[in-house]
Parts: sequence; C-alpha cells; structure tokens
Amino acid sequence: MSRILRPFLPYPLLSVGLAVTWLLLNAPLSPGSAVLALLVGLTVPAVMRALRPPAVRVRAPSTLARLLVVVLYDMVRSNIDVGRIILGLRRGTRRTGFVAIPLDLREPFGLAVLSIILTATPGTLWVRYDSGTGRLLLHVLDYTDGDEWVRRVKDRYERPLMQIFARGDSA
Amino acid sequence: MSGADLPAWAAWLVVALAIAGAGVSLTGALGLVRLRTFYERVHAPTLGATLGMALILTSSMVLLSLLEGRLVLRDALIGVFLTITTPVTLLLLARAAAQRDRHEGNPGAPPEI
Repeated sequence: MSRILRPFLPYPLLSVGLAVTWLLLNAPLSPGSAVLALLVGLTVPAVMRALRPPAVRVRAPSTLARLLVVVLYDMVRSNIDVGRIILGLRRGTRRTGFVAIPLDLREPFGLAVLSIILTATPGTLWVRYDSGTGRLLLHVLDYTDGDEWVRRVKDRYERPLMQIFARGDSA
Repeated sequence: MSGADLPAWAAWLVVALAIAGAGVSLTGALGLVRLRTFYERVHAPTLGATLGMALILTSSMVLLSLLEGRLVLRDALIGVFLTITTPVTLLLLARAAAQRDRHEGNPGAPPEI
C-alpha cells in the first residue's frame, strides 16, 4: 500500500469486502450499484479508525487457499463423525475430554481465524485461551489420544496460519 | 423462468440439497437431547451451523440462479456472516460453563491450564 493511498484506504481488505457485499446484495450489476459500492467501500472503513484495529497483513495466498481446502474437507468429515456419534452408529466406547494445546501463534487475527476453524469443525470446542502462557484448552467429543489432537491442530491449522499472518517488518 | 418451468433434474437437485441440509441440522438438534454433559451438547448444534447451513444455502442459490437465469451468490453472504459470528456465541457459552463448574467444584469441570 503506497503512502499516497493510505489516508483514503486505511483498511483496503475491509473496503474490498464491503464493496463486494454491496454488489452481491444489489445484483445484477448496474452502473448505479457499482458507484454506490465504490462509495461504501471508500467511506465506511473511516468509521473503523475510531476503533483503531491493528493493521492486518495477509501473506502467502497459496497457503491460504490450501488451508481453505483442508478446512472444508475437515468440516465435512467431522460433521459426518459427530453425526454418527449422535445417531449411535459408532461401535465401541467413546470418551470425551479436554486437551491443552501449547500454541506458538500469537497474532490476534490468526487466533480469531483458528477459533472460527475449530468451531466450523464439529467435535472440537474452544473452551479458553490463556494469552499469558499461550495455552489453548479444547474440549473434544471423540477423545482418542491427546497428542494426536495437539499434532492435528498444530500441523493442519496453526502452521499455515502463522505463515499467513506473519508479522511485517514494521510490527 | 417460474417455479413450474423448472426442469425435473434441477428440482430433484434443489430438493435433495435442501433435505440433506435439513437432515444434518436435525441430527444436530437430536444431539442436544441425546448427549449427556453440557460440553458434549455444545458440539451438536454446530452441525446445523456448518454443513447443514452450507447445503441449504447451496440449494437456495441453485434454485434462484436457475429461476433468474444468472448466477445468484447473495445467499453466500449468510454463510460468511454465520461462520464469523457462531464462534462468539459458543466461546461465551463455554467460558461461562467452565467458570461456573470450576467455581462450584463440579466433577466435570475443565482443568486449569
């Protein structure tokens, strides 16, 4: 983002998101709705200045795309798993339990996305996160092996998120 | 195109997606009754908020796109906002339950981390 554009576009991602939302709500595309979308994208993010959110930088778009596919796959698979547990289709005994996961991810946006991912995959529940120690407490519906859950969260979700929300040079 | 002109294959597809989504959501609702502890029960409604929601919205988008003769993606916004806001409710519920269980010293209370 160049210095000249910064006063007009303090949060470029938010501007794009708002404009696209406006266009989707007012489809089909017409010159009038395009102008209004541009206006919404340019003016509404100014309100966000009052809240002073920290700047977010999204890197590694290919990692982001891969993470999206992984999450969609896990979402469908865990939906089926939890559905089977509820309907009593699973044999054998099932244990539930809490798993503590030591996280290296500290970026607030990364943690927010991680909480969305863990909520979007039924069977994992975000109970609490301690920002002092960086430990996350999860409740899992199908508790097989605690270490397996730690590896799963760290390898599948945390590592890509750390690449995507890597700290910039200025931070 | 009106609803009566919809070809049979499209009608089947829309109905199949909607019923599959409703079935997933119903399973989630059933989980609220069948599962035993609070922490187990909180998992159940997420079925309706994830796969159930996705299937029903896809069904709606396919139907509207065919009826209006263009790609209608408006309903995808429902999915985006539902996905972003659901964790807030679940986090609040889980934290409140954990706080109370620890305070009252209940047997199923989550461990300190």
